[in-house]
Amino acid sequence: MGSIAKIHDMLTSKQCSCAELTKSYLEEIEKSNGELNAYVSVTGAEALKTAEAVDKKIAAGEEIGMLEGVPMTLKDNISTKGIETTCCSKILTGYKPIYDASVWELLQAQNAVMLGKTNMDEFAMGSSCETSYFGGAANPFNTDHVAGGSSGGVASAVGGNIAAYGLGSDTGGSIRQPASFCGVVGLKPTYGSVSRYGLIAYASSLDQIGPITKSVEDASIVFDAISKRDKRDSTSVGSKKTTFDSLDNDIKGMKIGIAREYLDGVRDDVKEAVLNAAEVYKSLGAEIVYFDLPILKFALPVYYIIACAEASSNLGRYDGIRYGYKTEHYNGTHDMICRTRSEGFGDEVKRRILLGTYVLSAGYYDAYYKKAQNLRGTIISAFNSALENCDVILAPTVPMTAFEKGHAVSDPVETYLTDICTVPVNIAGLPGVSIPCGFNSNGMPIGMQLIGKSFGEAEILNAAYKYQQAQSDKFIDTKWGVKL
Amino acid sequence: MKYELVSGFETHIELSTKTKIFCGCTTQFGGEPNTHCCPVCIGLPGTLPVLNREVVRFAIKAGLAVHGEIAEVAKMDRKNYCYPDLSKAYQISQLYAPLIIGGYVELSNGRKIRLHHIHIEEDAGKLIHQHGDTYVDYNRGGVPLIEIVSEPDIRSIDEAKEYVEKLQQVMRYVGISDCKMQEGSMRCDVNVSVRPEGSEELGTRTEIKNMNSINNIAKAMEYEYDRQVDLIESGGQVVQETLRYDDATGTTSSMRSKEDAHDYRYFRDPDLVTINVSREEVEQLRSELPELPADKCKRYIDELGLPEKDAQLLTKYRKISEYFDEACEGVKSPKSVSNFIIGQIFRRTETEADKESFDVKTSPKQLNELVKLLDSGKIRNNLAKSTLEKMLDSGKGALDFISESDMGGIDENALIELCKNAVESNPKAVEDFKNGKEKAIKALVGNVMKNSRGKADAVLAESKIKEMIG
Repeated sequence: MGSIAKIHDMLTSKQCSCAELTKSYLEEIEKSNGELNAYVSVTGAEALKTAEAVDKKIAAGEEIGMLEGVPMTLKDNISTKGIETTCCSKILTGYKPIYDASVWELLQAQNAVMLGKTNMDEFAMGSSCETSYFGGAANPFNTDHVAGGSSGGVASAVGGNIAAYGLGSDTGGSIRQPASFCGVVGLKPTYGSVSRYGLIAYASSLDQIGPITKSVEDASIVFDAISKRDKRDSTSVGSKKTTFDSLDNDIKGMKIGIAREYLDGVRDDVKEAVLNAAEVYKSLGAEIVYFDLPILKFALPVYYIIACAEASSNLGRYDGIRYGYKTEHYNGTHDMICRTRSEGFGDEVKRRILLGTYVLSAGYYDAYYKKAQNLRGTIISAFNSALENCDVILAPTVPMTAFEKGHAVSDPVETYLTDICTVPVNIAGLPGVSIPCGFNSNGMPIGMQLIGKSFGEAEILNAAYKYQQAQSDKFIDTKWGVKL
Repeated sequence: MKYELVSGFETHIELSTKTKIFCGCTTQFGGEPNTHCCPVCIGLPGTLPVLNREVVRFAIKAGLAVHGEIAEVAKMDRKNYCYPDLSKAYQISQLYAPLIIGGYVELSNGRKIRLHHIHIEEDAGKLIHQHGDTYVDYNRGGVPLIEIVSEPDIRSIDEAKEYVEKLQQVMRYVGISDCKMQEGSMRCDVNVSVRPEGSEELGTRTEIKNMNSINNIAKAMEYEYDRQVDLIESGGQVVQETLRYDDATGTTSSMRSKEDAHDYRYFRDPDLVTINVSREEVEQLRSELPELPADKCKRYIDELGLPEKDAQLLTKYRKISEYFDEACEGVKSPKSVSNFIIGQIFRRTETEADKESFDVKTSPKQLNELVKLLDSGKIRNNLAKSTLEKMLDSGKGALDFISESDMGGIDENALIELCKNAVESNPKAVEDFKNGKEKAIKALVGNVMKNSRGKADAVLAESKIKEMIG
């Protein structure tokens, strides 16, 4: 049983009240956040207020929904009315949105108990959570290691049991990579299935909000709750069907594809764990088919060109005039904007703004941006034809396990390479779920991802669920947080 | 050497849709600063634009009115530049796939000013400088605009003025904008270059930004033409640059040179989906268009037999032409209707603004009734004129001022009686007429009119008298 169902049972069977449960989460946050640094703000008062409302409903004998009263968290780039939303950047310090993100509206309507906002790489740019203005989140399996990024805070909080689940965002792997590092489940939905309204943009054509959870079952419940069409996001279409009902479908005869290129340059222990998972699938009656996807080698450069180009435009608005950080001493408007941005953005953000500005500038647009867009089209068709010959694609989530703190900062380009297995899914707009598939010799979790057809969340979650069920005896929890 | 002026226009027109292009805020002009705003149009982090389809429809109507081709697939792009009045640091506009391609505006000299394209985009807010501080008002931010980009086909200041007037006229006709230059709902960037007469090559151009009156456009172009010719004559070269026009001094000055020109880093806006326009929608919109001024003008001349001058005056504003059309319904002489409007009604709608709104107490139907009385010979022109004045004062109908005894004329026998009487009692005039004094007949007709107290038909009376004495 997943954490959400467990909590739901606890509440409806009156094993504990929602307020008690919420308090114990808040206490655990108090105890462990100093070390995990998962939360950048804790909203205890609001959480308790919602919890009390849920308790009143239960006391009145009313039925409650699956997500009602379940303590959770949001990545700090998802807008929450009246609650500071900073993207973990100095430039947005003090910024309290005057509106709610669509996903938060949906969850609020279900009385979700938000414990606080979680840590992330600044503007979701990074793979270790260490570009955060508030310092990186730690890995709950070993706090000398990073939680991954950019949604490191959510993954750390869920892995550390100081949130039952959370919503992150995934532009090039920012949900799946930290989920993999922290031994939890992370679903990056099909582009367009979850509204981006209220998600502070990094790269608009790649960004997608999705759940980070303890189990596949939880991911399915949360995804079904947030994958609604939203007229405020023109690119939103919602999901065509729910995923929960088909989780336990038999996967006998399911064709699981493995692209050889996904295994290139992947560390041996990771490769082994993924191939072991393939064996598990065989034992469940699935068929493993190998194929080539040579276009994958272009995925990383295509990703960094498109993502940075869009970021350079999306981040132009932070000028100190309307909200957020503003420099203290300046001489005129131009100087104020320059100083605000120089002081307000961290190095990684500046690097990507510069890169993005360059690839869009006159004389370079055709050589970089346009070429990348053309290649994006080629990658999309390559995935589409690959997915005609198999139902889902199995791949490592990250070529390695969580690295030690400080490593990513020292070599940014090498760090970009850690995204190699996750970015293709964003480029192609496809759904991908990362689930734990073992541990390395140091006890750090290894993750694998299942990639599906466009709007094929039900299939990948079904395959992921069956694996998790078959491997439930291999599950290891962390020492932190609330034990349900 | 003689130099020819070469000019092309980029004309921004604010569309009069009820709401903004990417959110539900009102487009109303004015309002306390930052009261017509929402998270989307002030570009708060995380907000997304949603295209107002009405903007597409308005733009298509504009495109059809200037004979443009409506694209089946159009896209929105981001134009990146940093300025405090632009809340997102990019303007959502169109570069790579605009909504309307080509088209032209035909001038009275028969020349067609070709259009390169028309695209849709959002307006920016504006800065307010006060007490040494700068404030920003985003009310205008997100108001929909079309930008009409012409080819460099304009060859004189008169053509430039007429081009702007024609655009203004046709856009007001189709009802997509009030095109008020003084309120900024129509603004022009004017590109000017010169070249030796007879040359086919284009000279280096300068661009005068944000012109907000036709007078200033003319003055700025004149100044710029002279400046460029002087520069070339004295051995210099025109530098490609962006200029601003100073109304007070009547001169242009540099805003930025080509080297400092913005690199807008245009790229497809990933937040907005492709705009598909079906041919059925285009035809539907075409069918909703009113008769356009150029077509109306031609019809008034060719079919109603109006002089060109009259036709132009009547078609200048849509309301006047509609008034005229309604007043003409079933009348024998559209020229009479035209005369009443241009003569008497225009005297009461003196300013252009009055003519545009054409708020007249007498309804077109009332004028129509008056003209029909005239047509049928029941009243004469003088009476009609004085009656119209009373109608325009009061808003009442013709029959409120003309009694039964004033009309109805007189029957033919009575007329013959009166004519006989006139001939018998004026032998001198009859004699004169017989001796070739054509004018003498007027005295006889005058006698008939006097004795009929104005009710006789003068033309008929004259022919009767001629029969009797001729």
